[in-house]
Amino acid sequence: METQFDESFKARLAAEGDAAIKALRERAFAAFTDKGFPSLKDEDWKYTNVSPIAKETWKTATAGIELEHEDAGIRAHELLERFKYDRNGLTALNLAMAEIAVIKIAKDTVVDEPIELNFAAAEGTAIFPHVVVIAESGSKATIVESYSSEARSFTNAAVQMLVEDNASLKHYRVQKDSPEAFNYGVTEVTLGKGSFDSTNINLGGAISRHDIELKFTAEGGEAWVDGLYMLDGEQHSDTHSTIDHAVPNCISHQTYKGVLNGRSRGVFNGKVFVRENASGTDAQQQNKNLLLSNDARVDTKPQLEIFNDDVKCSHGATVGQLEDEEMFYLLTRGLPETLARNLLTYGFAEEVINKIEIEAIKSDLDATVLNRLHAEI
Amino acid sequence: MLLEVKDLHAGIEGKEILKGLNLQVRKGEVHAIMGPNGSGKSTLSKVLAGHPNYEVMSGEVLYDGKDLLEMEPDQRARDGVFMAFQYPVEVPGVSNSQFLRLAYNEKMKHLGEEELDPLEFNDYLKEKAKIVEMDPQFFKRSVNEGFSGGEKKRNEILQMAVIEPKLAILDETDSGLDIDALRIVAEGVNKLRSEENAIILVTHYQRLLNYIQPDFVHVLAGGKIVKEGGKELALELEEKGYDWVKGATN
Repeated sequence: METQFDESFKARLAAEGDAAIKALRERAFAAFTDKGFPSLKDEDWKYTNVSPIAKETWKTATAGIELEHEDAGIRAHELLERFKYDRNGLTALNLAMAEIAVIKIAKDTVVDEPIELNFAAAEGTAIFPHVVVIAESGSKATIVESYSSEARSFTNAAVQMLVEDNASLKHYRVQKDSPEAFNYGVTEVTLGKGSFDSTNINLGGAISRHDIELKFTAEGGEAWVDGLYMLDGEQHSDTHSTIDHAVPNCISHQTYKGVLNGRSRGVFNGKVFVRENASGTDAQQQNKNLLLSNDARVDTKPQLEIFNDDVKCSHGATVGQLEDEEMFYLLTRGLPETLARNLLTYGFAEEVINKIEIEAIKSDLDATVLNRLHAEI
Repeated sequence: MLLEVKDLHAGIEGKEILKGLNLQVRKGEVHAIMGPNGSGKSTLSKVLAGHPNYEVMSGEVLYDGKDLLEMEPDQRARDGVFMAFQYPVEVPGVSNSQFLRLAYNEKMKHLGEEELDPLEFNDYLKEKAKIVEMDPQFFKRSVNEGFSGGEKKRNEILQMAVIEPKLAILDETDSGLDIDALRIVAEGVNKLRSEENAIILVTHYQRLLNYIQPDFVHVLAGGKIVKEGGKELALELEEKGYDWVKGATN
């Protein structure tokens, strides 16, 4: 079957100098040709309709990653080989077209400055960044992945992260695309006996979806996978997360919050697997949503699948409006109703934003949230 | 007259709790409203503050000559009515200093006076915090979140110190406090007491009144004030128990 990406794929393939990766691209493109874009019939995509993206004609552009993958090394190759490109047509398309960059944080190295990856697709273009991060044992670093397309465009990104024993990786993913843009991103994390702390902010995009999947591969790993989606107008944002406790004695914490206004729609699907041998697992997951308008909607589905008895797990989801008692409290302190509402909404979002340790990102998000609320606080 | 409650009938979910309450409060006065559980103490506080779940069936409340019941809760607050909550509400994600500055500035705006920027306000807040011996580390923390019972009550009095209300209603401020916290809270209130404001202490127990001496004591039972007197009435009540006044309702 012909696809709109056939020509640009040929060009990409011709430019590929690495035989193994070339073969990988071909397999991935075959998978894309076979699967096409995800459809609502697919259980995992039943709330997110990507046909508006499929219908449009996109010009493939460069994501502008300066890093080269030629020196990727054997583990980067292994990671790329392991990438689940066949999870859907979009991930297949990403790998086929991938603009690959490899970031390696060497053993026992502490990188103080955050490593920043900024992506912005120009109007009418599609970009396919694919970043591989290897945090070697004992290393410490912060990755900031941000998206800021200013017009109708299509970003299809993938980030694979390997966190080795005693390594500590912080990850911020900030999606602030224009409300016209389309953004799909997948994050795959393999975590050894180290720590991974991820904060995912979704503010932009007409249709955006983020799939984040974390697998523990050694005892003693600890992960935080938190997020905020704040939507307005006709925006649609979907987060699918999977935390796989494949080994014993690991801890996962997850807090996702949604603030939905206008006619926006949010989707949260959070799976936590505790495998048969994974005793001593501690897995907490919660998803809280605030609906600010009658026309906003959220579909939330936390799922726990536990195959071991010796575990501590909790999960929950809430969808609601602002608490009346909180409102009354602020009113009795003289705050006018609109300000009181805005302050509570800001506070709700701030619980996630407050986690961010990079002041520039935090204050930028503060300002964005306040701007969304048309408030000065 | 700062506050005049005339034959107030009010309640919640259609159930009448206050059944003809009368009360007069002048500037410079401290009134204690005492009563057993279910007598209507909390209903009175909530009605005065304007809680939306409480309804007024009949009667009148004049505040500074204005119809208080016609005013929205936030208008009442900006006009100088303050209620310290029995169970202060936690506001996650909003820092105490942010919250207090907004409350302070709303009042200043209302009075046509100058608002304070965060730096100026911080200095102002530091001074006020001394009144309740509150550590400035509480400024950055989310409002009441993770505060102990005593810290929450101190925070209520800090808010009162910042906002400087004309009429402060302290709803069971002594409940859940150990003796040290009670002393700090009471001393804070005493420092805020002035000729320019009035305080209504709503309490079940007499012990708060050992620290804050009221000018008047009103005993509430069955939704009405059944006995009134000076501070000695509280002691008498402590001695004889509420059964003594309950008899007076019938």
